[in-house]
Amino acid sequence: MNFYGVDLNCRLMLGTAQYPSPAVMAEAVKASGTEVVTVSLRRESGAGRAGQDFWSLIRALGVRVLPNTAGCRSAKEAVTTARMAREVFNTKWIKLEVIGEEDTLQPDVFGLVEAARILAEDGFEVFPYTTEDLVVAERLVEAGCRVLMPWGAPIGSAQGLNNAFGLRALRAHFPEVPLVVDAGIGVPSHAARAMEMGYDAVLINTAIAKAGDPVAMAAAFARAVEAGRLAWEAGPMEPREMASPSTPVIGRADLA
Amino acid sequence: MRVTVIGAGVAGLACATVLAERGAEVEVIERSPDLLADACSRHAGGMLAPWCELESAEEPVARLGAEAIDWWEARVREVWRQGSLVLAPPRDRAELDRFARRTERFARVGGEEIAELEPDLAERFCAGLLFAEEAHLCPRCALKSLAQRLREMGVAFRHGVDGREAGAGASTDLVIDCRGFAARDSLPELRGVKGEMLLVRTRDVALNRPVRLLHPRIPLYIVPRGAEDGLYMVGATMIESAERDRITARSMVELLNAAYALHPAFAEAEIVDIGADVRPAFPDNMPRLCWRNGRLYVNGLYRHGFLLAPALARMAADAALGKEALYAH
Repeated sequence: MNFYGVDLNCRLMLGTAQYPSPAVMAEAVKASGTEVVTVSLRRESGAGRAGQDFWSLIRALGVRVLPNTAGCRSAKEAVTTARMAREVFNTKWIKLEVIGEEDTLQPDVFGLVEAARILAEDGFEVFPYTTEDLVVAERLVEAGCRVLMPWGAPIGSAQGLNNAFGLRALRAHFPEVPLVVDAGIGVPSHAARAMEMGYDAVLINTAIAKAGDPVAMAAAFARAVEAGRLAWEAGPMEPREMASPSTPVIGRADLA
Repeated sequence: MRVTVIGAGVAGLACATVLAERGAEVEVIERSPDLLADACSRHAGGMLAPWCELESAEEPVARLGAEAIDWWEARVREVWRQGSLVLAPPRDRAELDRFARRTERFARVGGEEIAELEPDLAERFCAGLLFAEEAHLCPRCALKSLAQRLREMGVAFRHGVDGREAGAGASTDLVIDCRGFAARDSLPELRGVKGEMLLVRTRDVALNRPVRLLHPRIPLYIVPRGAEDGLYMVGATMIESAERDRITARSMVELLNAAYALHPAFAEAEIVDIGADVRPAFPDNMPRLCWRNGRLYVNGLYRHGFLLAPALARMAADAALGKEALYAH
C-alpha cells in the first residue's frame, strides 16, 4: 500500500480521540500494529499552541502522524487548520474534513473539493474525508487528491457499511487510487467486509476507543483487517443461487 | 513534625487537613493572594460520584473515591447525599446502555420514578440510571470551610508566596507539593486537560441532585449548588489543551444546549459566572503520590479532585509520617 509515495504495511489506521487516557491509547496503537494515526488540531490548539502536551504524546508513539481538520465547518477554516498542522507535525499529509451537517457530521462535499484544491496547490498531500459519491470523488481526484477516504456510515455511528453498492462502485471506478473507509465502522467484521471489497485500508477511532477494552479491540481489528485483505487477494468466490455440494455426488457408492 | 503544604487547592487543603488531624504542625503556602483565586478546583462540579465515573475511569478511581463522601461529610456542611441521576433523550438511549455496561451500583429508573425524584423533569425523560449512594458538594463552599477549619486547628496560611523554592530545612521537616498543573516544572509528564464551565441561576426549575445528560458527542452534567437556591453548575468540557483562561463560544453553546435539552426553562436562566482552567493529568489519567527532589508530590487528580483528594491525602500522610518514623529509628 502506498500513500503519496510512502509504503505502508499495515492497513489499519487509528484515530487518537476519546480514549480513557493517553496511556490506553498508546497501548491500543501498539496492539493494532498501525503505522499511521490521525490527530485533531482544531479545538486543542486554543489561542496558541496549548495542545502541545497531547501532540507530544502522539509524536512519541513513533508512528506516522496524519493530522486532521476535524470540527472544521468551512473550507477556509479547514485550510487554516491544515497549515497549522503542517507546522506542528512537520508533515505535508492532511486528512481533510469539512463538516456540513451537525447531526450526521456528514462532509460538506462542496467545501471539501474547494479546500482540497487550495491545499493541493499549496503542496499538501490531501486525504479527503468524503461520501461514497462517485462524482465528488472524481472532483477530488481532479483537485489533486491521490487517496480518498469515503465514509462507511456517519462518524462514530458504528453502523458499518451503509451503502455497500456505492462503495463497490467507487472501488471499481478508481482501481488505482488508494481507498480507505474512514468512518462508521463499529465492529471488526465491518472492517473485514471493507477489506474483502478491495479497499486498501480502514481508519478506526470510536469503535476502539469506546470499547470496553480498547487494547483488545485494537488487536481484534488488526486481525479482521488482515483476514479481509488476505481474502480479497485470495479471490472470493461469487455467491450462487443454488446449492453446490463440495463433495461430488456422482460416483458415490451404490449400496442399494 | 513540621510540614509545609504548597498549594491551597483541593489536594493541598485535604493533605493539610489529614496531617493536622494526625498531629503534624502544618503551614500552607499559596502563590495567589486569595484562597480561591487560582485553584482549578474552584471550577469543579463537586460530584462525589465514584461509580458513575467508572464510565471513563479505571477501577482504582471508584475504590479510592468511595471514601470521599464520608470524609467530606465529616468535615464540611455543604455535602448532600441525594445520589446522581443519569439521563438520555429517547434518540440517544443506546448511550444509556453503554453507560450502564461500564458502571455499577445503580438502579434503572423509568418515567414515573424520574418524576418522583425530579418532579420538574416529569414527562421529559422516560429512562435513566439512579446511583443512589452518590453525593455532591459545593466546591467553593467546601474549600472555604476546610480552610476555616484548618485555621481553627492552628494551621498557618501564607498567601502570595511562591512555593517553588521551599525546601525542608530549618523551618520545616517536609514539603508536600500540591501545586497541580503548576508543578509541571518538576513533573514533566504532567499535561493539562482543559475544562470549561458555567454557573447559572434560575428559579423556574428545581433539581435535587446532579443530573448527567448523555449524548454521543457532548455528554454534560448539571449540578445544583445547594448553598444558594436556584444556582446550577453546568459542565464541563474536556479538551486536550493546557490553555487556562478562555472559554470558547462553541463550548458555551454546547453547555447551554445541554442545559436547555434538560429543561427549556434554563433558556431564561441568568449566567452568573463562566470559568475555564486545566485539570492536571498524568498519561494514564490516574493520580500519583511520588517522592522527587526531596519533596512529596500529590498530583494528577485530573477530573477527580474532590473525589480522590481524601484518599490521596490519607496516603500522603501515611508516607509523610512513615518517613518520620523511619528517621526516628
